[in-house]
Amino acid sequence: MTATVISPPRSAAKHQVFVATATAGSAVFMLMLGMLSIWLRFRDAAPLRESSNGTKMIRDWLPVNIAIPEVATNTTLITLVMTCVIAQWAVYATRRSDSSHTYLALAIVAVLGIAAINAQIAVYVQMEMGIADGAYQTLFYAITGTMTALLASGVVFSLVALFRALAGRLSDRQVMSAHALYWYVLTAAFSAMWFIVYVQK
Amino acid sequence: MTALEASSAVNSNSSQTNGSQNLVGEMATWITTTDHKRIGRLFLRGGFVWLISVIGVGFALGIERIDSGSSFFPADSIVQLFSYFRTGLALGVLAPLFIGVSIAIVPLQIGARAISFARMSLFGFYLWMLGSVMVMVSIIDNGGPFGGNRRMVDAYLLGVGLVLIGLLAAAISVASTVISARSTGLVISEIPVFSWSALIGAVGLILTLPIQLGSVIYAAVDHHYGRLAFGGNYGIDKWIGGAIGQPQTFIFIIPVLGVLAEVIASHGPRRQLIRTGGFVGVGILSTVLFGVVTRTEHLFEWSGSLGDKITSAIPYALFNLLPILGVFIVLAVSLLALKTNPPRLNAPLVPALLGVGMVFTGMLGYAVQMIAPADLAGTVFEEGVFVYIGYGAVLVAIGAIAHWSNELRGRSLPSGVVIGFGIVGFMATVLASLPYYIVGFANQRANSVTNFEYDGPRALWNVLVTTGHALMAIVVLGFSIVILRPQPLSAKSTP
Repeated sequence: MTATVISPPRSAAKHQVFVATATAGSAVFMLMLGMLSIWLRFRDAAPLRESSNGTKMIRDWLPVNIAIPEVATNTTLITLVMTCVIAQWAVYATRRSDSSHTYLALAIVAVLGIAAINAQIAVYVQMEMGIADGAYQTLFYAITGTMTALLASGVVFSLVALFRALAGRLSDRQVMSAHALYWYVLTAAFSAMWFIVYVQK
Repeated sequence: MTALEASSAVNSNSSQTNGSQNLVGEMATWITTTDHKRIGRLFLRGGFVWLISVIGVGFALGIERIDSGSSFFPADSIVQLFSYFRTGLALGVLAPLFIGVSIAIVPLQIGARAISFARMSLFGFYLWMLGSVMVMVSIIDNGGPFGGNRRMVDAYLLGVGLVLIGLLAAAISVASTVISARSTGLVISEIPVFSWSALIGAVGLILTLPIQLGSVIYAAVDHHYGRLAFGGNYGIDKWIGGAIGQPQTFIFIIPVLGVLAEVIASHGPRRQLIRTGGFVGVGILSTVLFGVVTRTEHLFEWSGSLGDKITSAIPYALFNLLPILGVFIVLAVSLLALKTNPPRLNAPLVPALLGVGMVFTGMLGYAVQMIAPADLAGTVFEEGVFVYIGYGAVLVAIGAIAHWSNELRGRSLPSGVVIGFGIVGFMATVLASLPYYIVGFANQRANSVTNFEYDGPRALWNVLVTTGHALMAIVVLGFSIVILRPQPLSAKSTP
C-alpha cells in the first residue's frame, strides 16, 4: 500500500533580504525627509535679517557666529558616493565569484562608512556649538545625529556582509545587492541633508 | 504502603519538577519564538492589555465629566489622562492589533512557510512592549505631554520612539512576506483580500511611521536639552500628536477592510465582487497616506467667491473624502452580497460588519470636523471621532479573531457569545461616541472635564458616554476570558 503524502504548498521565497532592505531603506529615506521638512518649516519661520555684506535679506536661521566647515561636509558627501561605487564593486565581484575582491570591497565600504562618521564628528568639533545654545543648534544636532546613527547602521551591515562572505557564503548574491542598495539610500538621504542643512544652510 | 507513598512523593516531586521545567520551557519557547502565530498572538495580547487600561481611563474621564463643576482627579493630571487615552488607543491598541493579526494570518494565506524575518518581527514586539511600558509608567508618573516630571517626559518620548520603531520592524516583516514569500505561482493580484490589506497597511506604516519618528527625535532632543524650539513639555502634543491622531489612525486600521471582505466572502457567493471591491477599497483608503506624509490638514472654507470655495473644496475632498470612499465601497459590496444571499448569523460577521460601520461613521465625522464653518476643532467632537474609529476597529479585531480562531487557537469560538459581544460592542461604541458628536456642536471642549456650560442635558450626554465605556469594558473583558479559557480535552486527546 502506498502512502500518499500531500506536500504543503511550496513557498517561493526569493529576494527576501533585498525586499526587506528596500522597505527598510524606504523607511530610512522617509525619516530623513520628515526631519528635513521640519527643518525647512523652522527655517521658513525664522525672521528676516540683512546678510553680512548688506546686499540682501536672508532668514535669520543660521546664527551669525556659526560657520559650517564646508570642506568636511563636502568630503563626507564624496566619501559616501565612493562608498556606493565600492559597494557595487562588491556586487560585481560576487557575481564573478571573486572572493578576494569581495572581501576587499566590503572592507573598504566599512572603512569609508567609518570615515564618513569621523568627518561628521570633525564637523561637530570644528563648529564648537552647544546643543542647547539655540533652536538651530538643537535641530542641527538632532538631524545630523540621526544621520550619523544611520551611517553607523550601514557600517554594521557592511561588517555583517563581510563576515558572511568570509564564512563562505559568497553565493548569497542578494545580500550584496541589498548591501549596495542600503548604501545608495544612505547616500541619497545624506545628499538631501547635505544640500538643505550644509549648502542652503 | 510506605514504599508506595515514597514512590508517590517521588512521582509528585518529579511531576512538579517536570511541571516547572515545562513551564520554564514553555515560557522560553514563547520568549524566543519564531512561530508567526505566536508572535501575532503576543501582539494581540499586548493590544488587549492596553485596551483594558485605555477603556478604564475613558470610563474615569466620563465620570469626571458628568458634573462640570468639580473634578475628582487633580486638575494638572487631566490632560495627561487624555493623552494616555489617545496614545494608548492609537499606538497601544489599533496598531498592534492589526499588525498581530497580519503576522499570524498572512503567511497562512499566501502559502509562506513562515513570516519573513521572524526574529525581527519578535524584536519589534519587544521594542513595542518596552516602549509601551515606558509610556504607561511615564504618564502615570507625571510625564507625557504637559507633564511636570522632566525625566518622565523624556521617558515618554523615548517610549513613543521605541513603540514606533517596534511597529516599523513588524511592518517591514509583513510587507516582505507578502512581496517575497508567496507560494509558487501565486501572483500578487491573486492573494486574498486580507493579505492585500495587510500589505497596503504595512507599506503605509513604513512610509508614515518614520515621519512621526522624526518628530519624536526632534522633540526628545529639544526637551532633554534646551527646550528652545519645540515648546518643551507643552509642545509635545503639537509635534507628536500626528502619530496618535487622525489621519494616522486610518493607516493603522487599513486591514479592517480586508477582515470584513474575508468574512463576507467566506459565507456566500459574489466572492469575485467582494474581492474586487476589497482590492479597490483598500487601494482608495491608502490615499490617506498623502495627508499623513505631507502633514497637512485641508479644511473646507465656506467663504469668499465661488472660485475660492472650489479652490478650498478640491484639496479637502482629495484628502478627507477620497479615503472614505474606499471604506464606502467595501461596505457597499459587502451589504450587496448580504442582500443577494442572506447568510446565517455567524460569529465573525456581526462584529466585523458593525465595526467597519463604526469606522465609517468615525471617518465621516473627521470629514465634518474638517469643515471650517462647523467650528468643531478643539471640541469633544474630535474625541467622538477617535472613539468611533478606535472602538469600531476593536470590534473588527474581535471579528478577525473569531474568524481565524481555528488558525490562531486551534478551536473555534462559541458563535452566540461572539455575536453577543459584537452587538453589545456596537451599542458601547455608539454610546461612547455619538453623544460627543452632538455636544461637540454645543462647544463642549476637548481635553477638559470642568467648566463647560451649554443648554441641554449635559449630565445625560456624559452619563451615556460613561455607560458606553463601561459596556466596552465588559465586552473586552468577556471576550478576553472566552479566548483565554483553557481548551477542553477533546476525545482524541483523552488517554
